[in-house]
Amino acid sequence: MKIAIAGGIIFLLALGMYIGLRISDCKWAGVDESVVEKFAIEANRPPQAPLINIERGDLPLLLFLLAGAAGGFMAGYHFRSLFPPKDKG
Amino acid sequence: MKARRRSITAILAFTSLLVLPDVPAFAMHISEGILPAQWAILWFAASAPFLFLGLRELHLRGRRNLHLKPMVGLVGAAVFIISCMPIPVPAAGSCSHPCGTGIAAIFIGPLLTVVVASVALVLQALFLAHGGLTTLGANLASMGVAGALAGYGSFILVRRLSGRWWIAAFIAGILSDWATYTVTSFQLAAALHGDAPLGKFFLTVLLAFVPTQVPLGIVEGFMCVGAYRFILTRRPELLKIFAV
Repeated sequence: MKIAIAGGIIFLLALGMYIGLRISDCKWAGVDESVVEKFAIEANRPPQAPLINIERGDLPLLLFLLAGAAGGFMAGYHFRSLFPPKDKG
Repeated sequence: MKARRRSITAILAFTSLLVLPDVPAFAMHISEGILPAQWAILWFAASAPFLFLGLRELHLRGRRNLHLKPMVGLVGAAVFIISCMPIPVPAAGSCSHPCGTGIAAIFIGPLLTVVVASVALVLQALFLAHGGLTTLGANLASMGVAGALAGYGSFILVRRLSGRWWIAAFIAGILSDWATYTVTSFQLAAALHGDAPLGKFFLTVLLAFVPTQVPLGIVEGFMCVGAYRFILTRRPELLKIFAV
């Protein structure tokens, strides 16, 4: 039953994303680009390259993956000490 | 039961990995170099006292309460993940992120929220090209200080007026998000308005955020309600321990 529910959710997510991205021609830019940078450029204050510029190939993917893993680990580690399983609490 | 918990943990961990990998730079954090030096320094000076008081509170309360530091760690990790998680908003055709500071403020208080927001912002500026080091003070003032104070203040006020925790948590989530973007709009307008009237420029920037942030603020309200309900049903004594 659980496998069927998980499979159904994955299927619905994939279908929704497929249809949504086929229909929509939005760029899905972040508001930093569509709002913050837009006004900054108009005021002649375009953003500068960050101190550590990660925009090289797949490096952003790796760093965001590591950030997610590290954040998830930290959250899980502290979660377990605050909400221990009932047989250990 | 254990297997079920493990499955839920695995799903949550996998989901967090799925939502984070993406191209960098997609949110409200003001990027490196956008603010002139005097404004960058001013916002550093404005947020520094809150950070100092937050660190002091962490030290003092951490000695009295052994549960505090794990809670701050958990909330800090949540703020870090939430505040670099781009959510597409179909109504606007763009992406933005919630801030998580509303949730943080009602659990650990506004000053400790400034501390966890500062850690999240430094890590994002250094390693994820998200925000910037020169604009750290401005981003901390909007997300950490304004978001935390708006969330915490509205939670306490609504709780006292209505007595219903879910209304208070929902409004805290919404207002912390909207306060963050309102202050960001003001920061941009103050620094960049040039010859244009400040008020008009501020409203223009604020209105540009509206299509994305109105729905996202509501999402953040629901996130607050969910998080509060979880602790209320699972370990309500923590809410009393951390009540500021």
